[in-house]
Amino acid sequence: MVKPLNELRVDESGVVCAIRGGEGLLNRLGALGIIPGKRIIKRSAMFMRGPVTVQVNRSQVALGFGMAAKILVEVDRTE
Amino acid sequence: MGNPNVGKSVIFSRLTGVRVISSNYPGTTVGYTRGFMNIEGQVAEVIDVPGTYTLEPTCEAEKVAARMLEDGDVVINVLDATNLERNLYLTIQLLEKNVPLILALNLWDDTKHRGIEIDVEKLSTLLGVPVIPTSALTGQGIKDLVRAIPHAVATDNRVKTLDERWAIVGNIIRQVQQIRHRHHTWYERLEDASVKPVYGGFIAITVLALSFIVIRFIGEGLITYLFDPIFEKLWTPVLMKLSVFMGGSGFLHDVVVGKLIAGQIHFVESFGLLSSGFYVPIAMVLPYIISFYLVLGLLEDVGYLPRLAILLDTTLHRIGLHGYAIVPTLLGFGCNVPAVLATRVLESKRERFIAATLISIAIPCASAQAMIFGLVGKAGGHYVVVVYGTLFLVWVILGTILHRILKGLSPELLIEIPPYRVPPVRPLLEKLWMRTQHFLREALPIILAAVLVINILFIIGVFDYIANFSAPVVTGILGLPKESVTAIVIGFLRKDAALGMLALSPLTAKQMVIGSVVLTMFFPCIATFVVLLRELGLKDFLKSASIMLLSALVVGGILNAVM
Repeated sequence: MVKPLNELRVDESGVVCAIRGGEGLLNRLGALGIIPGKRIIKRSAMFMRGPVTVQVNRSQVALGFGMAAKILVEVDRTE
Repeated sequence: MGNPNVGKSVIFSRLTGVRVISSNYPGTTVGYTRGFMNIEGQVAEVIDVPGTYTLEPTCEAEKVAARMLEDGDVVINVLDATNLERNLYLTIQLLEKNVPLILALNLWDDTKHRGIEIDVEKLSTLLGVPVIPTSALTGQGIKDLVRAIPHAVATDNRVKTLDERWAIVGNIIRQVQQIRHRHHTWYERLEDASVKPVYGGFIAITVLALSFIVIRFIGEGLITYLFDPIFEKLWTPVLMKLSVFMGGSGFLHDVVVGKLIAGQIHFVESFGLLSSGFYVPIAMVLPYIISFYLVLGLLEDVGYLPRLAILLDTTLHRIGLHGYAIVPTLLGFGCNVPAVLATRVLESKRERFIAATLISIAIPCASAQAMIFGLVGKAGGHYVVVVYGTLFLVWVILGTILHRILKGLSPELLIEIPPYRVPPVRPLLEKLWMRTQHFLREALPIILAAVLVINILFIIGVFDYIANFSAPVVTGILGLPKESVTAIVIGFLRKDAALGMLALSPLTAKQMVIGSVVLTMFFPCIATFVVLLRELGLKDFLKSASIMLLSALVVGGILNAVM
């Protein structure tokens, strides 16, 4: 199932399948390792559309809610 | 060069012996520092640059880094060995630039207990440049790095796309890195907890409250048990002898020793070079500088600040900033100069303007705070609360107004969160020492000069003229005695000296509160002024300065009316 990152539950993981944004956003996220095909785990989310924290590669990255909404993730199936 | 928070500044210090401030969060270095080192008998210039994830810069600090690249003969690319994959992206970009490159695989000692194994030789072969494992904090590998610098090579590479670069990185990682799985350590659990809304909020409140208590405790402790006794037991007798020797009064006596108050030296009110001139910076402000920077240094090195940024992101968006603006803001509680510089980590011009203006207006630096505690605190703790409460309200309200009227959107937060690290003791103390030294070098001469100039101007009567001239504003709107205008003028030089001046005329607690708030808000000290001008440009600087003047008058007037 494909969901935008902001709708993932905490501790849910998946693979980034697309980033809906311009070149600027793609470059900024890309430099931090968030690119299509990358495994990503959601670590936390703040109240009231606050930032979302994810684990990508071996680092944790925090990104704004709006940015998270632009990242589409193919969610891993959980039993 | 390298990603943020990989230890470039520590490596730089090791290579050149030049001390630079390092912390555990991205964006500690926002400008560049030059130093010199010796390579095989030849002197070479080394430049420490801000960290960047990419050569396509997204903020002012990264622009500095991208520009510096063009000046380098050899680039030392520092990488975080515990996070090789992400770090290699910049390496691939650097290789494309065709400059002689050498890799320092820093934080090497951390890889072992994180279960990471890296085949250094293979990495070097694949990239075609020398790779040296280092642990800059302990100094391991630095000699090897120096020896390898002459062997840096440029590999001819064509410019690639984002996807191609990541494909290369992925390919290299598969060949050189192995990661053993292991259990979560307790502080990794804490890392997770501190960015969760409920636990995180709880942790943040605890951390901030504890920090405040510890700063107060150490600061007051130093004053009561160390600096006050030194001044009263040792310095007072010397000054009294000098006073008798100089005849107990007169122009020279008052300038050097200060006016005697009831036949005694009063370290705040005498206002002589050797009394207040030394007492204010050393016994009132220095203790708080030490305690503040000790606590800030700890928070910085542990890696807590970026987590605070995440927690406060939603709140800060309401005043047109994003969470990371909390880092320059916190620095501002120490000194506004590095704080304004640190706004370079913010992406947009609008954001930098809001952050820098709010810092200059509503964040009292350690010098100002020490004096507020010392002087307003005497009238009662609740008055200190009124001062801080007012400044906080100003910060929120002014931020909201700026956010509403300035065009443009506030960009969203995008930061890497560093792992918690146990703060290394020596660098922590060195950092504290550098900041303390910096304060003494900057503050002491200016305060002494200010005391001297004030005394002379007083005696030739210039201040009376200014006081009468500005009486309608100072007395009419702010409700302060007209003599306070001298303090406001001095506030332009330094806040601590100004607040000391304020205490010269007998003030009620209410006037003390208004005076402190107005002095904090109306203009930052000259050093901050210069930095603001340079960082914002003339037009925005003038805008910012008018906001300061206007808001100081409005807030001072309101306080005068309601208190």
